[in-house]
Amino acid sequence: MADEKIIDFMGWRKPVGGFSIVLMVVAVLAIALRGFNLGLDFSGGSLIELHFSQPADPQQVRDTLHGAGLDAVVQHFGSQNELLVRLHREFKAGLGEEVVQLLDPQRSGSVTLTRAEFVGSQVGDELLQKGLLALFVALIAVLLYVAWRFPWKFAVGAVLALFHDVVVTLGAFALFQWEFDLTVLAAVLAIIGYSLNDSIVVGDRIRECFRKIRKESSYRVINISITQTLDRTIFTSLTVILAVLALFFLGGDAIHGFSKALLIGVGFGTYSSVYVASSLLLLLRISREDFLVQVKEAAKDDGRP
Amino acid sequence: MVNRYPLWKNLLILAVTLYGFIYATPNFFPDQPAIQISRERSGELVTDGVVTQLGTALDAAGIGHQAAERLDNGSVMIRLQQRDQQLPAKAVIDQSLGEGHVVALNLAPTTPQWLLAIGAKAMKLGLDLSGGVHFLMEVDTQAAIKQRQEIYVAELRQRLREEKLRYRQLEPQVDGRLRLHFNTAEERTKAAEWVRGQYREFAVTEGGEGERLFLDLRLTEAKVKEIADYAMEQNLTTLRNRVNELGVAEPLVQRQGSNRIVVELPGVQDTAQAKRTLGKTANLEFRLEARDPAKGEQFAFRDERLGEARLERDVVTTGDSVSNAQSSYDENGRPQVNIDLDSRGGKRMLDATRENVGRRLGVLFIEQKVRMVERERDGQRVREPVRVNERKIISLATIQSPLGNSFRVTGLDSPQEAAELALLLRAGALAAPMVFVEERTVGPSLGQENIRLGTRSALIGIGLVMLFMVLVYKLFGLIANVALMVNLALLVAVMSLISATLTLPGIAGIVLAMGMAVDANVLIFGRIREELKNGMSPQAAISAGFDRAFLTILDSNLTTLIATFILYLIGTGPVKGFAITLSIGIIVSMFTAVTGSRALINLIYGGRKVKKLLI
Repeated sequence: MADEKIIDFMGWRKPVGGFSIVLMVVAVLAIALRGFNLGLDFSGGSLIELHFSQPADPQQVRDTLHGAGLDAVVQHFGSQNELLVRLHREFKAGLGEEVVQLLDPQRSGSVTLTRAEFVGSQVGDELLQKGLLALFVALIAVLLYVAWRFPWKFAVGAVLALFHDVVVTLGAFALFQWEFDLTVLAAVLAIIGYSLNDSIVVGDRIRECFRKIRKESSYRVINISITQTLDRTIFTSLTVILAVLALFFLGGDAIHGFSKALLIGVGFGTYSSVYVASSLLLLLRISREDFLVQVKEAAKDDGRP
Repeated sequence: MVNRYPLWKNLLILAVTLYGFIYATPNFFPDQPAIQISRERSGELVTDGVVTQLGTALDAAGIGHQAAERLDNGSVMIRLQQRDQQLPAKAVIDQSLGEGHVVALNLAPTTPQWLLAIGAKAMKLGLDLSGGVHFLMEVDTQAAIKQRQEIYVAELRQRLREEKLRYRQLEPQVDGRLRLHFNTAEERTKAAEWVRGQYREFAVTEGGEGERLFLDLRLTEAKVKEIADYAMEQNLTTLRNRVNELGVAEPLVQRQGSNRIVVELPGVQDTAQAKRTLGKTANLEFRLEARDPAKGEQFAFRDERLGEARLERDVVTTGDSVSNAQSSYDENGRPQVNIDLDSRGGKRMLDATRENVGRRLGVLFIEQKVRMVERERDGQRVREPVRVNERKIISLATIQSPLGNSFRVTGLDSPQEAAELALLLRAGALAAPMVFVEERTVGPSLGQENIRLGTRSALIGIGLVMLFMVLVYKLFGLIANVALMVNLALLVAVMSLISATLTLPGIAGIVLAMGMAVDANVLIFGRIREELKNGMSPQAAISAGFDRAFLTILDSNLTTLIATFILYLIGTGPVKGFAITLSIGIIVSMFTAVTGSRALINLIYGGRKVKKLLI
């Protein structure tokens, strides 16, 4: 193991740790103060997407709808000919047809309904509760798995790294008030799986190095492990990010939020699996002794010539 | 022998790969829009004359179509060239067809026969890709329970009187309990004993003191669940019948959770019409047979062989009063139908039948139907849909004794007939009320657009991943890419075989799964490079690389699987699709990225002297 090739990751752990703490505080504050811009799936209400044969004027549409007693938010969606009409107060189903009728009383075909969604507020509430429960259960389940496979100090590190990624992703959605819908929740759950995946690869190597290298300090063992897995961490993240970038730019509006959440989650997941999990291991004073229970098994594995 | 797989292992991998590619192929044959025409009464054939006539009508309207095909059940399918011509074609066919035909939009598979024969089929497209409507309806099961409780009140009053059990008052409580008040402890003990023996569905508790003694009867949780389930089943049956009437290809009517029903109608654009049909109610009328043939009203039997009969104009009671109808067998093993009425209906039935033993009681089934009617408009004769109430007799049976809350119809020919009658009675009875709690409409253009965007981004995403692998790992990258293609084929094949529904998030799941699948190869190849750097021989490095990376791969994939499994449990619709895709992708990748790419590497490098690896 040539010395000059080992990057001193841990030397940077204090400024980087500070950065992470600031990031978390900002994210938590954003969630607490601004809250989420909940999508229709969770908030309930109605959403109508209309296609106009001529470029449409949102103000005019808004006035027409206000005139009919509908308190609507109207905005362009994608192109000049597409309008998105939102009614966050709950309305009866079948509103889509009604709005088209209002805007095109002669039914000349100048306005067509592209999409209409109505979600009862109770359904939305239930989904939100179920979603939060799922996030919580997923975190606990993977924590249990990691705790079973690795020493507890490691599990704490990995799950905190995971928590870090999830909070930063959620924080970004709260801070920029991006719409938080069901697909974003799905992305956050995928991040839980993915981020841990990264931490585990690094952790696996740390465990291996602790068993193999006996004379070095924990500080150096961790540096060695991270350096050795750096290629893989970067390459894997790059392949996932390449795939998600294609979705982000070419996948259309329906999965825009989804790919945005994944990009943030995977990006910070890469960073956190390098820094957060391993810095925490140092903080928790991990040492060779933590892996001793499994030494016998390791000796058997390590029968290299 | 280093790095050689035994022959059977290579053959097995080859077989699995072939299997994947074969079962994935149907997805390259997109369904063709079609119109299906069948007779309203099942079993009857659509005549050849009608088929020729339709062909001419479609030609006249300038709608491109293929020759009609006759299907096994006697109906006829006409394939169209363009999807957006389905609705105009249906209108043309509706115009030129006579009564008694059902015209439905359909999608005809274009998959070659031999693929269909081995059970290969394409994935279904979700609503976000196919366009259509999605409804979520909530059934008010509380109302069904309340209704049932009213029946118990009526029944208890009657039976306690018959049993000569004394009580002061029977009083339903707000929370659903039934409270029986007594004057003496002795009366209460007697009644409690009787109720416990007769009504297993009640949990009986005693309460009160001195002069104010009472018994509380509470329906057991099992019974409450049974009533709610019954209401759900009834609504599901009714909805299925109505959805069939809409003539939609591959509709979905499914229970979701304890009290909700999902209805998905691909291809339907007219939400308003769909909702009218789904929300409409059938009804029943109980009427005595007319005494004087000159009076009354003439009705046809639903079973045409029975002809017609005259019923009185007075209605004894309606479907609103029917709380339950079930087919069973009498003491002699003959089929019968048991009918339960609520207290109001029971009382009216008793009043009407007490004096009319020996006469016959008829049951009318009332349904709203849409009929095409020719009309004069603006000087032209046009055919227009008109909504009419259709009344048909479903049962006409002799009253053998005065009927009350609960009675039965006997003398039925077969168990099937009994089951059919019970079904009709239930369909016409007042089901627990339903409300629409969610509605999503996706226009056909949006669906097309989503397919286009989804496919394009998926291809480019996977292409980028493959390019990256070749640039970084050269020949090994190429091997990983072959494994990735097999992975994709297997993923699509498994999804097709389990009839998974492909949604836009599902496509995103495929792309993500492919991005993550190469992780296993990155791990393995990274290890091989490392071992080479540490001075291992190429053959040993390959072997060590695969062995050491395996546990890491397993650990990291399992955590993702746990998260996706939880996502599957809570997710609905498209999100569930995403979870399924991602988890199948991960499981398949463990096979292709580890075993598949190893087999290829073994074939290229195994069993010979290698100086340098192209990695």
